[in-house]
Amino acid sequence: MWTFFHKLASPPHFYRLARALTPWFSVPGYLLIAYGTFAGLFLAPPDYQQGDAYRIIYVHVPAAYLSMMAYMVMAIAGGIGLVWRMKLAHAVAASAAPIGASFTFLALLTGSVWGRPMWGTWWEWGDPRLMSELILLFLYFGYMALRSAIDDTAKADKASAVLAVVGAVNVPVIHYSVEWWSSLHQGPTLVREGGPAMDTAMLYPLLAMILGFTLVFASLLLRRVRAEVLHRERRTRWVREMVLSPDGKL
Amino acid sequence: MMEKLSMGAYGGYVWSCYAIALLVVVVNEWRARRRQRVEYRDAEVLVKAIEEKR
Amino acid sequence: MSAPEYTGPGLLAGLAGMIHRDLLLVWKRPGDALNPLFFFAMVCTLFPLATGPSVEQLAFAGPGVLWVAALLATLLSLNNLFLGDFDDGSLEQLLLSPQPLAILALGKSVAHWLTSGLPLVILSPLLAMAYRMPVDTIGVLMVTLALGTISLSLLGSVGAALTVGLHRGTALLSLLALPLAMPVLIFGARTVSLAAAGDVYSMGVFALGAYAVATVSLAPFATAAALRISNE
Repeated sequence: MWTFFHKLASPPHFYRLARALTPWFSVPGYLLIAYGTFAGLFLAPPDYQQGDAYRIIYVHVPAAYLSMMAYMVMAIAGGIGLVWRMKLAHAVAASAAPIGASFTFLALLTGSVWGRPMWGTWWEWGDPRLMSELILLFLYFGYMALRSAIDDTAKADKASAVLAVVGAVNVPVIHYSVEWWSSLHQGPTLVREGGPAMDTAMLYPLLAMILGFTLVFASLLLRRVRAEVLHRERRTRWVREMVLSPDGKL
Repeated sequence: MMEKLSMGAYGGYVWSCYAIALLVVVVNEWRARRRQRVEYRDAEVLVKAIEEKR
Repeated sequence: MSAPEYTGPGLLAGLAGMIHRDLLLVWKRPGDALNPLFFFAMVCTLFPLATGPSVEQLAFAGPGVLWVAALLATLLSLNNLFLGDFDDGSLEQLLLSPQPLAILALGKSVAHWLTSGLPLVILSPLLAMAYRMPVDTIGVLMVTLALGTISLSLLGSVGAALTVGLHRGTALLSLLALPLAMPVLIFGARTVSLAAAGDVYSMGVFALGAYAVATVSLAPFATAAALRISNE
């Protein structure tokens, strides 16, 4: 069992495993998203408060959830890379960033569009979730900017890992402070805090979307990590052998 | 059917959100695959060059 | 065979020495500390110039403007935290010192606060009165600014350590530090606004105090790690 983890840290093993696993994540993921989309749009009943507009929840919540999860993956992978000096962990962190940033952007956009019919404005400074997502986007940009500003890969890895960890520790602080700030203003919130008190017909599509998007995120991450590993290890023997051999590439 | 699509006057908002979500996913897939292709091509070029030198 | 016993200065002496050195450097070049202070005052002047001198507007916006100006001025002064040492090679010497790097980082941040945050706190009553803020809120303003600038100095030192010597490091430092500074800004400015409105504001002060304590105890380690990474 321990050898399994040891082997996982080796780039060629991870590469092969990732290549095999990717469809196992993406296919179920997309199927779940397809079901969730259909059920969310057509099967779930309209909300008594928001009518049909609430259906945006089925893309907004997964996007917001993933934006946070991707950041955690980035920070934890960076931390593992720093402490255990695993190059692969740094590759995972670097790969998670652009995906996470795009989902943060999606969360912001869908949140803004949802806000328009609900509050009448495209942007509501009083909503704590939107504000937190905005600050999260800035954190992602900072991370990616730092990475691109440092030429040496190893240095960039370590520096951005420190930044990611510091940012991750601050995320709860940011959330709490923004909530306190908006509670003073009595601003409206997007998602009803009812949570699991939702009708099951409304809940199942949401769970499906969250799970589906998570699986798709994992498949995207695996793909990017493969590309990243290929780039970092392009001068090694295992890559040379893989490229020269006639079997499945990519 | 039309009333299903129009979502009680919120149609524009709801459908555009799903469209943007679809776009984000598609772009993510496309960019990830493109990165893979580019890196693989680079690795091929590099390996061929090294092989030639031998 | 056991390692030779260390007979040099202890931790506290190392900390004091670091602070003393940095303070001496600023004393020789007061511009380093005065520039951000003037920047603070000038930014505070920009707002009424832009929006007109209406007294109610100014008093209402005062806490926010003063806080944003303080944040920006601190950011400006953070650029120079490690730059001088980096340029003349003393940063490498610090890395080689037998003192724990976290202690030295803490020392630098303390000296930085004494020369950037503290002057802001001292100048703030003047600007608060210029903004016609109620006199009894000035105390809250100074306390929140003091606690907030401590957090900013420490949190910012991590960013400064990560970006020292980088091309376009200044802009990058702002991009890195500002999102992390937003909670401080929120608590600081809104607490003063609450005080001005006569509401209960103690929670904000406690939050700022807790955050200051947390950053003082944790940030130096991150800064030390960042310094090692940037200078290997």
